[in-house]
Amino acid sequence: MTFFLFLLQGLFVPVVSPLCVGVIKKIKARLQNRQGASIVQPYRDLWKLFHKDERVSRDASWIFFVAPFIVFTVTIFVGWNIPLFSLVSGLSLTSDALVIVYALALGTFFLALSGMDIGGAFGGFGSSREMTLSALAEGGFIFSLLTLALMAGTTDLFDIASHPLFHNGQYFIPVVLAFSGFFIVLLAETARFPFDNPATHLELTMIHEAMILEYSGKRLALMEWASANKLVVFFALGANIFFPIGLSSSVSMSALLIGIGALLLKLFVFCIVIALIESSMAKFRFFRLPDLLVASFILNAVAIGLVHSL
Amino acid sequence: MIAFISSQAGFLVLLSVFAVGAIGSLVFRNHDTWANVWSSFFALFGSLVGIIFSLLMLIQGREMSFSLFQTSFVFLQFSLRIDMLSAFFIFAISLVGFFCSLYGFGYVKHYYGKYSIGVLGFLYHILLGSLLLVVTTSNALFFLIAWETMSIASYFLVVYDRRDASNVKAGFLYLIMTYVGTAFIIAFFLMAYKYTGSFQFDVIKLHHALIPQMIQNAMFACALIGFGTKAGIIPFHIWLPAAHPAAPSHVSAMMSGVMIKTGIYMMIRLFLDVLAPVPLWWGEVVLVIGMVSSILGVLYALTEHDIKRLLAYHSIENIGIILLGIGSSITFYALDMKSLALLGLIAGLFHTINHALFKSLLFLGAGSVIDQMHTKNMEEYGGLIRYMPQTALFFLIGSMAISALPPFNGFFSEWLTFQSLFQGIATLSFSLQFIFVLAAGSLAFTGGLALTCFVKAFAGIFLARPRSKEVMHVKESVLSMRLAMGGLAFLSILFGLFAGFVTETIAFVGQRLDIFHNVKVFVSVSSMQTLQLTDGFALVSAPAIFSFLAIILFGVFLLVRFGINSTQKISFGDTWDCGTHLDTRMEITTTGFARSIILVFKNVLKPSIQQTVKYHDAKSRYIPKSRTVTMSVGNIYLTHFYQPLQKMIDEASLRSKTIQGGNINMYISYIFLALILSLFVVL
Repeated sequence: MTFFLFLLQGLFVPVVSPLCVGVIKKIKARLQNRQGASIVQPYRDLWKLFHKDERVSRDASWIFFVAPFIVFTVTIFVGWNIPLFSLVSGLSLTSDALVIVYALALGTFFLALSGMDIGGAFGGFGSSREMTLSALAEGGFIFSLLTLALMAGTTDLFDIASHPLFHNGQYFIPVVLAFSGFFIVLLAETARFPFDNPATHLELTMIHEAMILEYSGKRLALMEWASANKLVVFFALGANIFFPIGLSSSVSMSALLIGIGALLLKLFVFCIVIALIESSMAKFRFFRLPDLLVASFILNAVAIGLVHSL
Repeated sequence: MIAFISSQAGFLVLLSVFAVGAIGSLVFRNHDTWANVWSSFFALFGSLVGIIFSLLMLIQGREMSFSLFQTSFVFLQFSLRIDMLSAFFIFAISLVGFFCSLYGFGYVKHYYGKYSIGVLGFLYHILLGSLLLVVTTSNALFFLIAWETMSIASYFLVVYDRRDASNVKAGFLYLIMTYVGTAFIIAFFLMAYKYTGSFQFDVIKLHHALIPQMIQNAMFACALIGFGTKAGIIPFHIWLPAAHPAAPSHVSAMMSGVMIKTGIYMMIRLFLDVLAPVPLWWGEVVLVIGMVSSILGVLYALTEHDIKRLLAYHSIENIGIILLGIGSSITFYALDMKSLALLGLIAGLFHTINHALFKSLLFLGAGSVIDQMHTKNMEEYGGLIRYMPQTALFFLIGSMAISALPPFNGFFSEWLTFQSLFQGIATLSFSLQFIFVLAAGSLAFTGGLALTCFVKAFAGIFLARPRSKEVMHVKESVLSMRLAMGGLAFLSILFGLFAGFVTETIAFVGQRLDIFHNVKVFVSVSSMQTLQLTDGFALVSAPAIFSFLAIILFGVFLLVRFGINSTQKISFGDTWDCGTHLDTRMEITTTGFARSIILVFKNVLKPSIQQTVKYHDAKSRYIPKSRTVTMSVGNIYLTHFYQPLQKMIDEASLRSKTIQGGNINMYISYIFLALILSLFVVL
């Protein structure tokens, strides 16, 4: 049963992630008075991409060929090592908060390299912007997890999630501050408004899509899927680290079903929030974004100060 | 044999190997090949003996102190003391020395006929030998001799390529800075001598309580400036980005990998051994210096497009990270939290050895590229991964290690540094906690910025299309160079995978310091090389991360390659660029890549952009012939610190010149006055 849970944990993120993208797109379409594609459209897109032939730039090196596998692997690895629907982890050796942060950085590293590899004008600028944002987001990301770690007395994400919500109200303000900081990082890292526009193609403003512009076929599918995985990973972190309700603490079937149900519900709420943000606000000018990321860091630093004084 | 190597005689043999290597290189100075073979053989042999010697010392836990020979001077004893800390640094020096020497064997061939190989070998051996002496001496005067030998040998190595005027200038700057540093170090030891009456480290240590607190504070400032200059802390770093690029690459690797660590060694020796326990604010100052050096070091690295200068700035950054560990250690020790203090020291030492490995790897990689390309300007590289695939792979591993990506070695030392800072945040009072929050924040931002910088460096050098015709003629470097880089890359992975074992060894080194005697190590190592903090705050396992990632990668690859649509075809075409004709001008340059992040930090970096436009027709300003945009970052230390300082000294000298009138009667009266004054003072 534990092994089954372990497998389920690993498969959950890649299975659910296209659905989340579909749901966000559907909600956005409805908000724009459009019918919108079906919520399972991302699955169909992936299926189609996986069955297409590939066309690769002559300038590409082996980095370009292996990068999608590494980027995808990293998102699976991270998805496997964060609390999703259960507090029981099969492997507590790799669920340290810093491991998660730096593993995601590993993915970003290869994503940015693959953007530069083909020597197009777009890829390079996409990589430059991606690295600028992720370098500045790192401080906020580590500190938001650290705030929670200090409250729970451990950096293991499963242990953090098993601590009671808000610690009986005592830590309400720090949690809210840390979550605000985390949410800014979430928007930046998952290429969402106001940082990036996931729907755009071929605009000078784009970041993530610019880096994967030269990909096609299977490798494009992997890149798109990895991006969706990363979205769900961040949703799950936000949902389970900051609001750890409904996670199953045993491995019984009913507890698992409740856990999965709760997580799906939370993911849906995050999808609605993201869709609302993307429908109601404009993308920021690039050089205004660092202010937002520094704000995220400061919010978390304040939260840490509050944790200690309480 | 083993018993002999790990004895006093073994160490003397080790030193004499380098001496023989040095003298032999000079003897063969008229024959390039022989000189190279002789010098490389003895450097390799000596380094190997050094590795075995230090490993035996570490395994056996043996310490020794002895004198080289007796002198009739009371103050100058050629006495050595090899404790675990020294053995650890001997290990780092020998290990890096081994691979740099291996690399040097192939690398110096391109100096044949241009410069004397024998002289290079001589200086290189002197540098290696003096490095070993610096970390083992136990007498201040003898230490200064070793220190000066090291500085002078490295100076001559910096100006080895003397036909390039900029190298000579860089060497001059290095010489001045190193003497300013030494002046402060001498002041430090003189103050220590005045109150303890000895130049022996162990006597100073015994009697350091006799030194008044004010004097101790002055000594702290002197040591920080003196040894900080060698280590390259900001704002005494200005020689480092100039001197490291000037030296031959295997020497740059030695200088950046281990020579600057001698500054760190002495800081640990003085603050955590000789003068310990030290006041709390010393630790805070070291922490603040660590923060400033790490953040500014990586920011300046981002602005560079000279590959070796970029790496030199990263050395400043990493020295900052090491100082974050050491600083937290001093702070904790001052607060009597010994276990945590040991954790900080372990983090600092772990990062020291890691940085020695991956920074020398990166310098050697850069050296291979420069050797082929004949330019250090990254804007002229591009696409080298096709022509130098192995160098590219090794450089990639080095980049990932220095960017602290798991499961490479850099990640685990940064993890330990983070943990010691987190412990400070969790346990200390508000004002101290504030410093630790800032320190952890600067480490977090440094990590992100270093990643950006190495995306820039690796992609700029090896990826995309060639930006100059030179690239087409590039060949993979010779075997000895590749072996050296491969060895270091392998060790970078190994030190990551066996981070637990390394931590245990370093913990043993730390525990043998007097102040950490019988102190429990705050980090324990269990099966699977798992590092775990004693209070259960965090744990991490290198093999678990590595194998988990590898299994998933393998699974995903098999599934995608063979599971789904295995008949898929791959065709090749041009990169699509909006239908325009694609040439090298379309690619992003390294300057362009870093531009946005430089603009984000424009208040710190003060970048300037210059545009030069040439027109076809001087009267019509509409059709430009060519347009050049230069983005540069001014050296604010030079303009705001060193130049005003120089101006002040110049003016003071001018004023004082007036007493030197040339009149002999005046001079006699000066002597008379001085005599009267000194009589007053003495009587």
